[in-house]
Amino acid sequence: MNSFFARRYVVTAIFVTLCLTLLVRLFYMQIVEDKYFLASNNNVIRKFIMYPARGPILDRNNKILVQNEPVYDITVVPRQVKAFDTLAFCKMIGIDKEGFDKRFNKALKYSPYRTSIFEKQLPATLYASLQEKLSEFPGFDVQPRTIRTYPDSIAAHFLGYIGEVTDRDIEKSHGYYHPGDYIGRTGVEKAYEDLLRGQRGVKNLMVDSRNVAKGHFANGAYDTVAVAGKRLISSLDSRIQKLGEKLMKNKVGSIVAIEPSTGEILAFVSSPGYDPNLMVGRERGNNVAKLYEDPYNPLFIRPIQAYYPPGSSFKPLSALIALQQGIITPQTTYFCAGGYWAGNHMVKCTHHHGTTDLTLGIAGSCNVYFCSVFDKLMNEHGGKQTEATFTDWKAKVNLFGFGVKLGVDLPHEGRGNVPTALHYDNIHGKNHWRSSAIISLAIGQGELEATPLQLANVECTIANHGFYYTPHLIKSIGDSNIIKKEFIEKHQVGIDPQYFEPVIEGMHQVVQQGTARGSMIPGIDMCGKTGTAQNPHGKNHSLFVAFAPRNNPKIAIAVIVENSGDGGTWAAPIASFIVEKYLRDSITNRPSGITPKYYADANLLPPLPGQKPVVKPNRKLDTLGKENVDTTGKPPVQIKAVSHKNKNKKDTLLRILAAAQIKRKDDEQ
Amino acid sequence: MSNSTNQRGFFFNVDWLTVLLYLILCAVGWFNIHSAVYDPRHPGFVDFDTNYGKQFIFIMSSIVLSIVILLLDNRFFITFASVFYVITIILLIAVLVVGRNVGGNQAWIPLGSFRLQPSEFAKVTTVMLLARYLSGTNIRVTEWRSFLTAGAIIGLPMLLIMLQPDTGSTLVFCSLIFVLYREGLSPYFLVTIALMIILFVLTLLLNQLYLAIGVVAIGLLLIWIFRRFRQVMLTVLIGIVISVVFIFSVKYIYLHVLKQHQKERIDILLGLTSDLRKKGYNVNQSKIAIGSGKLWGKGYLQGTQTKYSFVPEQSTDFIFCTIGEEWGFAGSVGLISLYLFLLLRLLMLAERQRSPFSRIYGYGVASVLFFHVIINIGMTVGVVPVIGIPLPFISYGGSSLWSFTILLFVMIKLDSNRMGTLVPN
Repeated sequence: MNSFFARRYVVTAIFVTLCLTLLVRLFYMQIVEDKYFLASNNNVIRKFIMYPARGPILDRNNKILVQNEPVYDITVVPRQVKAFDTLAFCKMIGIDKEGFDKRFNKALKYSPYRTSIFEKQLPATLYASLQEKLSEFPGFDVQPRTIRTYPDSIAAHFLGYIGEVTDRDIEKSHGYYHPGDYIGRTGVEKAYEDLLRGQRGVKNLMVDSRNVAKGHFANGAYDTVAVAGKRLISSLDSRIQKLGEKLMKNKVGSIVAIEPSTGEILAFVSSPGYDPNLMVGRERGNNVAKLYEDPYNPLFIRPIQAYYPPGSSFKPLSALIALQQGIITPQTTYFCAGGYWAGNHMVKCTHHHGTTDLTLGIAGSCNVYFCSVFDKLMNEHGGKQTEATFTDWKAKVNLFGFGVKLGVDLPHEGRGNVPTALHYDNIHGKNHWRSSAIISLAIGQGELEATPLQLANVECTIANHGFYYTPHLIKSIGDSNIIKKEFIEKHQVGIDPQYFEPVIEGMHQVVQQGTARGSMIPGIDMCGKTGTAQNPHGKNHSLFVAFAPRNNPKIAIAVIVENSGDGGTWAAPIASFIVEKYLRDSITNRPSGITPKYYADANLLPPLPGQKPVVKPNRKLDTLGKENVDTTGKPPVQIKAVSHKNKNKKDTLLRILAAAQIKRKDDEQ
Repeated sequence: MSNSTNQRGFFFNVDWLTVLLYLILCAVGWFNIHSAVYDPRHPGFVDFDTNYGKQFIFIMSSIVLSIVILLLDNRFFITFASVFYVITIILLIAVLVVGRNVGGNQAWIPLGSFRLQPSEFAKVTTVMLLARYLSGTNIRVTEWRSFLTAGAIIGLPMLLIMLQPDTGSTLVFCSLIFVLYREGLSPYFLVTIALMIILFVLTLLLNQLYLAIGVVAIGLLLIWIFRRFRQVMLTVLIGIVISVVFIFSVKYIYLHVLKQHQKERIDILLGLTSDLRKKGYNVNQSKIAIGSGKLWGKGYLQGTQTKYSFVPEQSTDFIFCTIGEEWGFAGSVGLISLYLFLLLRLLMLAERQRSPFSRIYGYGVASVLFFHVIINIGMTVGVVPVIGIPLPFISYGGSSLWSFTILLFVMIKLDSNRMGTLVPN
């Protein structure tokens, strides 16, 4: 041993110290710190969401209204992309070089190794041609998805549409939705989102450093299967829906048809509408923007959101309440001399009805009769009790579904308006108003407002002699055909059945010989009531409510055509076609000579703000014997005819207007 | 003694504990190489096209090699030390001419389907010649002449390997400072090296002017404390001067001597850059793999980071990732304990030698192994820069396993003969 023997301890100490240093470091990394463990899972485990197919929606005859169509997203892993014919690729998927670079850089920025979506929703036809050449484009792949598709392009407002979730949706869903998911935005898609969306599945795959899948994590112990969304059978009848949309083309308004015995909504037309297929696909964004900018507001769901004064269509209801109260009997008569004096102003009547009983009052839509009845009703307990009497009356009106939400299975339903006593107190002062101040309510004017759905629902109630079912759009859910409990519950309106017959008789006569006689359907006993909703901004809204047949009614309907005049001119014929189509599946020749084509072709769109109202058209343009139809003697407006007629005059304004009309048509394609 | 002399076979007096440690480490290596390249879709153990199949051959041939070494006479190593050394030097020159360039290093001489790595064998022969030289009479490391000669023996292969350029293998020779220290080199060398490493790191992290002022301040404080001891004061003064000169030359070394990838590796280690996608990817993934092992690890063949190739070089330089991930902290402690046990055993064997050659050689073996273990594991856990050197007996590779086997078994052979009459020269 030499003199440096002791140095062995120094060397030993150095060895031991450095080994311990490593162990301390390893202790920190493996025991103390968690981030490496988390990072390793992040490296390896990829969650793949398995999207369930969204439930299809069928009509009442099992015809498909909306289903899923396969589309193809092009994905890219930037690192795997090698030199290829960019131009041919761009041409194939319909983008330019600039668009290619933009998309590619976006993907590269996200991750060079991970899959990004390069282009969304290629149709199957494009996919077929791309697939053949996919091997020429390394790094690109195609991923199937589904989008909603509407074979008949109908019932857009009814079905609603889906859209990508917003941050707020994600927050509200407590993490159910992820960015990029779709959610029902309006209509049935929204109301039945929970059922339609199905249940997502998750696949936990392990991937290697090149993101190549290597098998299921923990042998699939944490994986779940996707469950497809429920199939919904709606109450809609696509035959009359289609007809309704055709008839309402180029008009503003709605059609709501309900089956009285169930409350099932048979037709739900909101016009102007849009093709629901515009709400899906690559052009969705542009289409939505266009629809938003459209001055006629095609996204507005008129059947449940637009408020109209019910006008004369309110009279049967007014009569029913009076009958139940015992204010009148069917035999009670009033004398109509062409007007009713309420205080210091006169409510005019269209005709001199003379001695008028209930049936004639309804058939002839006699304002005097109903004002008199209403006046008697309000003064039942004396003038001083007007307020209490009115509140009682209001409650009875509410029972019919006016002024309250009916509870239809669609989001954003409006409640309409039945004024409160407080409303009149605010105008006139407490106890400073009497029946004369609110007399216009008797004939469905004044502050009274209802949605087309509420109007149709009242017809159901009359057809049922005193009750209705909550109107609804979905008849049965899923393969086991479940129906929601609230839809088989009767709502009584507090009127005894025997009071309905005289009212129904009056409504029958409306069609047989009254204001809607031009819309009489041979062989079908339709009971209806025309209405003219006063419109301070322009022409009155034409309104017609009805149900048919008189015995064992199958359909109740409300039709509103804005800015078109009296109820008998536009709304009633349209309603009659729908009713006949539904009951008979065909439309017979009418004694009045009216045809659906005439109504479908007519353009009644009101002039846009800023444009001058159209000059009254020459009567000679009416190819049909409109005199028969139009009891009020007012000709229908037909803008197109105007522009043709005045072509020679080179009227600049009208030419501009005509151009605008054509442009609109293009937008709707 | 005479009895045992009669019974003395080839394996008489062999330190079986060291042999056992060797075999355990080889086995651990083989299993982990298997795990590192294991593909669940192609299970099976012996497939000679895969790394673990080849490693099996390497291990078997190493065992044969070790038996051959044990059969040889002690004098063989001592006598031919210079011959072996010269041969490896020739090979190191040859590799620069005819070698195959793999991964930027011209380090391999292709021999059929295998590739020979002369730098691995250079470690063995250098240690041998160093032992041979230092054990000579009248050779004292404390004398400049002897010191420089020893330095030249170490420096020549370093220079040639540096030309490949294989920084990792070059640095391995620095570990022989422990040998020189044991043989009498001034402790100031060790202190100076430690100080230089600390100053190098600090210079890169801090402003060099402030650092220099700090060093001077600490030095002056030390001088004031030791004002009664003239010798210490002088030493400290020299230390200050050298330190300050070093501090101001670090930037130059860093910018002009080191290569780009070396600078990056140092930067990543010191946290000066953190580009986890590119430059820092390897170390980051290696840390994730080891750290995710937790206490007990994910289990044999269950590692995900290593299996799905997030960790690069996983059967060679980064083999410790597989161990850390699949066997956890428990496995890490076990492996490092095995190494430490082997190293301390080697030091003990070295100290019990009667011949200086055997002792010096033993220290050489321990130093080289120690350097490999600390640098390799330190690199995978991110405490030293990435230096590509194998983990002894465990990393995949024929040349390294053979050279480590020769290195170790020559020592075992020398030790088995420690009672013998043989005295070198």
